[in-house]
Amino acid sequence: MAKIVAVTGNEAVANALRQASPDVCAIYPITPQTDMMQKYASFIANGKVSTEPILVESEHSSMSACIGASAAGGRVITATSSQGLALMWEMLHIASGDRLPIIMPVVNRALSAPLNIHGDHSDAMGARDTGWIQIWSENAQDAYDNTIQAFRIGEHMDIRLPVMVCLDGFIISHSIERMEYLEDAEVKNFVGEFKNFLPLLDLDKPKSYGPLILTDYYHEYKRAQHEVMTKVKNVVLDVAKDFEKMSGRKYGLFESYRLDDADIALVILNSAAGTSKDVIDSFRNKGIKAGLLKPRLFRPFPYEEVAEALKNTKAVCVMDRADSFGGYGPMFMEISSALYQLKEKPALINKIYGLGGRDYMPSHAELVLNELNEIASSGKIRIVKEYIGVRE
Amino acid sequence: MATGLTLKELSKKEDRFTHGHRMCSGCGAPTVVKMVLLATDYPVIASNATGCLEVSSCISEYTAWKIPWIHTAFENAAATISGVETMYRSLKKQGKIDKDIKFIAFGGDGGTYDIGFQSLSGAMERGHDMLYVCYDNGAYMNTGIQRSSATPLGADTTTCPAGDVIPGKLRSRKNLTKIMGAHNIPYAAQASPSHWMDLMKKVKKAHEFIGPKFMNILAPCNRGWRSQTNDSITLSKLAVNSCYWPLYEIEDGVTKITYTPKDKVPVADFMKPQGRFKHLFAPANEWLLKKVQEEVDKEWEKLKKQAECGC
Ligand SMILES: Cc1ncc(C[n+]2csc(CCOP(=O)(O)OP(=O)(O)O)c2C)c(N)n1
Ligand code: SF4
Ligand SMILES: [Mg+2]
Repeated sequence: MAKIVAVTGNEAVANALRQASPDVCAIYPITPQTDMMQKYASFIANGKVSTEPILVESEHSSMSACIGASAAGGRVITATSSQGLALMWEMLHIASGDRLPIIMPVVNRALSAPLNIHGDHSDAMGARDTGWIQIWSENAQDAYDNTIQAFRIGEHMDIRLPVMVCLDGFIISHSIERMEYLEDAEVKNFVGEFKNFLPLLDLDKPKSYGPLILTDYYHEYKRAQHEVMTKVKNVVLDVAKDFEKMSGRKYGLFESYRLDDADIALVILNSAAGTSKDVIDSFRNKGIKAGLLKPRLFRPFPYEEVAEALKNTKAVCVMDRADSFGGYGPMFMEISSALYQLKEKPALINKIYGLGGRDYMPSHAELVLNELNEIASSGKIRIVKEYIGVRE
Repeated sequence: MATGLTLKELSKKEDRFTHGHRMCSGCGAPTVVKMVLLATDYPVIASNATGCLEVSSCISEYTAWKIPWIHTAFENAAATISGVETMYRSLKKQGKIDKDIKFIAFGGDGGTYDIGFQSLSGAMERGHDMLYVCYDNGAYMNTGIQRSSATPLGADTTTCPAGDVIPGKLRSRKNLTKIMGAHNIPYAAQASPSHWMDLMKKVKKAHEFIGPKFMNILAPCNRGWRSQTNDSITLSKLAVNSCYWPLYEIEDGVTKITYTPKDKVPVADFMKPQGRFKHLFAPANEWLLKKVQEEVDKEWEKLKKQAECGC
């Protein structure tokens, strides 16, 4: 039976990790992730889980140790944020290149400089091309549910890839929400025993991990990584179906909110999607057909499905909580790539919001929706990319 | 199943680092690895930092390693093996594995003294049951002989070239073996392939301690040292006999010299056959050659004092 609790996002995710009973975890502090793994350390200290911790001296070593542990053969977790994820960057590619299903919650935070500890998506967006699966979460419940599903997705024998589960720093990691925990036994059964694939600890069949491969086969190796990514969508959907059977909660590649007949739409990730949904409702009450698309699976990106979901809209604004300086926001680039394949495309604009934890208010969503409404009727775009919620 | 350290017995043992690797002929590193593995009477899993040894020993689809082996990156052989060892401990505790396995990390001097220093220090402090072996050839050889903090004073490298104004490296080596000793680990030692019995005894001894162990082993590189391919062992011997590379161990904090040369030779004898020191024999650089000798003498005296006082 599900248990209703009031917990922070960090605590919810720590519990999801505990319920999957990993064999090894690497721990290193960074705000706002810190108290997630602190909580996990207390599970270990109190005998609630059999995980062996590695209290590393940096995030570079954290990911290196996770890679060693995962290659050795077993379930491995760690968690990080911001500078920590940036420091891991080199090793992220090696985890995915070696096809190691490490599960890592990323509590999204801004990147320096200037130093800022608050929530934005620059960290995980910077890890976009590292070959990891990325799943994003709106609230504590989402983050908890996604973490549990991540084990099944990453460890699937057709996939064997590392997974990042992203949740917003402070807004979700540190605020207390009402949510439902699943029973330990249910999660254990859902996640299943870790299945080994080419473990280093198998002494009878010695393996060499991490060879040198030059011009002869590197290209093929990378194509294999691309090909496995094309299989991820179906696994995500299958796992979501099983998860729904257990929990009653439905997940897909993304969430469509009042999108079916929408003329105008927002595309927005994570916690800000919650705020935006209320504003969508108030626009609907005014008779304006507004809708919202909240991406969940960001890597691999479900281009066709997203295009299908947005194809009948007249104007769309992609809201980015990260920037690619000198380019468009990272989510904008995905959505415009998705829409490019359509014959009839909606007008598309990009707003950068909420960097370094700047509040995203309902009034921001209102402004954007009003602008979209104008674009939908006039067909004229004032400016493609713009910052909102900035002091002038 | 423990083997004695006689040539007869060792010759019957299977090499776990085999021929077919593509290191330069006469390179000291593969000799060091072979000796380390020959002296290891246990199942063993190794990690390897990026560098000459790694790029030449596992070029897909071939591997010279008959043991489970993992290379991930340059600066993290210690962190990587600490992950493997932790998984082993976890599975052993859970009753999923029962064998006794040893864990060794191999790294070059660049991957150990410099970029991998933090990862090494962290793994040693955490107390993993592992042996870290640094094969020290005194420069970043794989990328073409660049200066590292293990490069000897006065050496000519591609990033501290001996020029008309600057005569090669102007800084002394970092004393990594002592730094590792200062980590209060059960065992740290320095060895040379010329003194193979001493080297292998140290490896055997290291494996008998539970916890982190460190060995720094000289590994001549004829490409970088600008020496003859058949001179690796001769040069290692001269390094030891000149006390440039003293053989000693630090066991539970107590320093012991394991070999004292009968006749200490001038460090110039070690340097002369090496092109990387050629410029030091020009009259203008006599002062630097003298300084090298003074430093070697000073370090040797310090080491002797440490050994005498049992600290
Ligand atoms: C992070 C990073 N920086 C630089 C390199 C380039 N690199 C590869 S091997 C190497 C030199 C290795 O030197 P050392 O550890 O002394 O081993 P050797 O090649 O001398 O045996 C360097 C600089 C790298 N692979 N990764
Ligand atoms: S360059 Fe030096 S260290 Fe590298 S393989 Fe050749 S001899 Fe050995
Ligand atoms: Mg070197």
